[in-house]
Amino acid sequence: MTDYLDGNVLGGTLGELFAVDITAARAQCASCGNRGAVAQTLVYPAGPGMVARCPACGAVVIRLARGEDRAWLDLRGLSYLQLEVPPGPEPSPAV
Amino acid sequence: MARAAVLGRLTWLVGKVTDVRDETPTARTITLEVPGWPGHAPGQHVDVRLTAADGYSAQRSYSIASAADGTRLELTVQRLADGEVSPYLAGVLAAGYPLELRGPIGGWFLWDAADPAPVLLVAGGSGIVPLMAMLRARAAAAASIPFRLVYSARSPDDVIYAGELAGLQRAGLDVQLVYTRSAPPGSGRPAGRITAADLTAGSWGPDRAPAVFVCGPTGFVTAAAELLTAAGHDPGRIKTERFGPTGG
Repeated sequence: MTDYLDGNVLGGTLGELFAVDITAARAQCASCGNRGAVAQTLVYPAGPGMVARCPACGAVVIRLARGEDRAWLDLRGLSYLQLEVPPGPEPSPAV
Repeated sequence: MARAAVLGRLTWLVGKVTDVRDETPTARTITLEVPGWPGHAPGQHVDVRLTAADGYSAQRSYSIASAADGTRLELTVQRLADGEVSPYLAGVLAAGYPLELRGPIGGWFLWDAADPAPVLLVAGGSGIVPLMAMLRARAAAAASIPFRLVYSARSPDDVIYAGELAGLQRAGLDVQLVYTRSAPPGSGRPAGRITAADLTAGSWGPDRAPAVFVCGPTGFVTAAAELLTAAGHDPGRIKTERFGPTGG
């Protein structure tokens, strides 16, 4: 199985789970440190879920499966996600 | 607007088909009226879900072909002979039918009309669809940002939106059609796969630093992106959208 798609294809299922678009988020690969948009990962959709690999080193960065009434999301291949969000109020000081 | 269109969790909506029209012998455009549609940005896609009477359900992603226009939207679907969903969408579906979909999806493969950078669009086959949404958005905004479209199709009969593209070309859009199997007489370019020269013709080299959008089948996109990168385009300026075996 060598045919892959882009991380864009994760958008539908992730959009069902999260209110912000995760595919446009910047992600860092926990294996090699490569940074890029989730949309730039290489997604292998043939299995029971979708497996996204780092475009630089090939490590698995995201696994996503959607079942009848639940979804599984494994992000351990990422060290972080950086999300763009609408401007909001300054965070309140801790009390 | 793009941001507003992608905020909020996706839910399934039911649209109503208002028109269908054939673009080529195998590609059909479906016009939908979708109550509750929040608007979209050029380059976004939708998920379409078909459910059989016995509850069996199949889902596919399709790019939006139209520029934002209220609750109206157009999809163009390429019919795949062995497909599960596309033969229904591009063969059976007719005006008056309901269609379940969710979207808009994707906040990355988007053209932002506020970005002044020139734009290079590279399409393989039905990969033209989201790029057409960008061309239509540019036309709707009467934007003067330079665009070049390089569109690879098997033969003249396979060119989707041929008439509209010819009109845009007469109006000054830089369009290059690349035929991979059979070129029309006098086209000046023998049939064959896309080359570096096709991508950088005219003044469209990497020194112009265009935003580049490439969409098509996986093999086409990978080949085109490699040609662009080898020619000196910044990989960070190249956005790709591949479709593959999960299509159909």
